[in-house]
Order: sequence, then C-alpha cells, then structure tokens
Amino acid sequence: MRENYTYVVLADDDEDDRLFFTEAFEELKMQTKVDLYKDGVDLMNALNQSDSKLPNILFLDLNMPMKSGIECLKEIKSNPRFKDIAIAIYSTSASEEDIEDTFVSGANVYIKKPNDFNILKKILSDVVTMNWQYQTSGLNRDNFLLRL
Amino acid sequence: MKIFIKFDFTRICTKVIDEKLVALNIKYRMLNFGEIEFLEDVPADKMEAFDTILEDYGIEKIENQKVILVQKIKDTIIDMVMNADDTMNVKSSVYLSEKLGHSYGYLANVFSEVTYTSIENFIILQRIEHAKSLMINTELSLTEIAFRLQYSSVAHLSTQFKNTTGITPTTFQRIIAKRRELNTNKS
Repeated sequence: MRENYTYVVLADDDEDDRLFFTEAFEELKMQTKVDLYKDGVDLMNALNQSDSKLPNILFLDLNMPMKSGIECLKEIKSNPRFKDIAIAIYSTSASEEDIEDTFVSGANVYIKKPNDFNILKKILSDVVTMNWQYQTSGLNRDNFLLRL
Repeated sequence: MKIFIKFDFTRICTKVIDEKLVALNIKYRMLNFGEIEFLEDVPADKMEAFDTILEDYGIEKIENQKVILVQKIKDTIIDMVMNADDTMNVKSSVYLSEKLGHSYGYLANVFSEVTYTSIENFIILQRIEHAKSLMINTELSLTEIAFRLQYSSVAHLSTQFKNTTGITPTTFQRIIAKRRELNTNKS
C-alpha cells in the first residue's frame, strides 16, 4: 500500500529558517512528516544510504557551506534512484539567473523565502498540494515547474 | 543518441491488467477505464496475488467509496479537457453532475475533502498541463493551443499559465528546451 502522507525533507544551514519551516507544517492540516538536515553534506550522506526512505519533496537551500543546494541538486538528478523526488529550491535569492539555472538543472519548484509566516504556510501548502496532484493524477513530472 | 517518446497510459494499463488477469485465469470485463467487473467469485488468494502483481506497476485497487468517486471526477475532467472541442460548450459543473449523477455541490464537497483542492483548481491544472504537453510535443503555436483548449484568447491562457505555475509560457518553453540541450550534451 502507498502511504497516505507526504514525506518532506529540508536541508538548510539557518536554524531559524528550519524552525519556521517545521512550525509552518505543524500548523497546516496536511498529513506530512518532516525531517531536517543542517547542510548539503549531511543530506546527501543520509540520502545515499541504500536503505534510506526517500522524500516525496526535498526542499534545498541554495547557499549552504561545504555543499551548496545546486551541487546537491545536480548529484540527485544524476542518480536514477532519486528520480521520483520532487525538488523545491528554498532560497533568499530571487535572481532570475538562479531561478532559471536551477529549473534547467532539474528543480521542480522555486520558492523565494518569504518574511511573513502566514505566507510561508500558504506557499508550503500550495507546493504539497501541487506535488500531490503530480503524484496521484498521472501528470508528467518533467513538466512540473512552479515558481512561488 | 536520444529519442522522445509518448505514452498512451490507458492502453498500457489495460494491457497489463488483461495479461495479468488472463495469467491468473480470472474471468473479467473491463467497464469504463479504471473499473473492472469480475465475472465469477475470485478466491482470496488469487485476489491477493493480483494485488501484489499490480503493485509492481504502481496500479492499486481503490477501496474507499469517496476515493472511487474522486477518481471518477478526475477521469471525467481529464476526458473533458482532452476533448475540449466537443464538451466545453457545456459548463463543467453541469457536465460533471450529469455525467456522474450527483449534484455538483456534493461532488465539490467530496472532492475537496479527499484532495485538499477544489474541482475548479483541478480543471485549471489539467488544462495547463495539457497546454504544456502540446507546447512541448507539438509544433502548435500558443495561439493555436489557446484555441484548441477553448481559451477566449492567448492572453487568457498566458495569464492562467502564469498564475498556476508562476512562470510565463515562453519561460517554460525556454527552460524545457535548455534542459533537453543539457541532457543531450551529457550523453
């Protein structure tokens, strides 16, 4: 049986951002499970365990020490085992260049981190709902591009 | 070398199910797509075997009545979007409630309860998805796509595209083209 919750993972080196993120999900009435990693190296080590449970959606901060979000994105996209993970870039940057580069490299969602907690909740809810549609309605994931 | 292919999901699923049911020696009849009637009692162990085999293909038996209704609503909407020429003259709420034999209010309630989204949103999403695949897989211009999907104008399609995805149709096409280029260079 397919599990009926969405498994969400975030890699972000900023502690406050991680906290907001989990709190937002706690307040949303959606069935989700959230795991956090504090940088790209930790994240990739965990994903690369052969028996790791893969997230439905992975949120990647772009600017992280040691291994950046874009490096993680490229590694994930080059490994067929991870092909079903939807990737959401979660960044303070809103440069058109970053946005287009990450989409071209295979990201599905680009989120500019909002300052307002309620907007964050709305954004995360939209992402999970949209991803759910792709998972359950036979849509072509290659066409899944969403900018918020 | 790289090639692009298209899938006919209905045909693939129907064929898989047919092969597996024949192999298990279960007599059945395919009603609508996604609805199978067994013509004899199926013993529990055979049914279990059937479930296990189908799980490999990502096909799953739906048990809950509301989930079944939602699936029917989705199938009807997808059919409606794909065949926009014949159906879009009718309002979608009227079309759905006539086709499925429930009031639109009831359908709308069950739908949002199960999917966290509204029927209206789902229709918009499906139309935009259809527009995307036409943009990528055909040579049709945006004007022709808007016409085919029964949008009143290209501007209407572009606005709805932007509102749904956050990017414009032109940006979408550019990103997909660059991705293909990148993947071609890699291999």
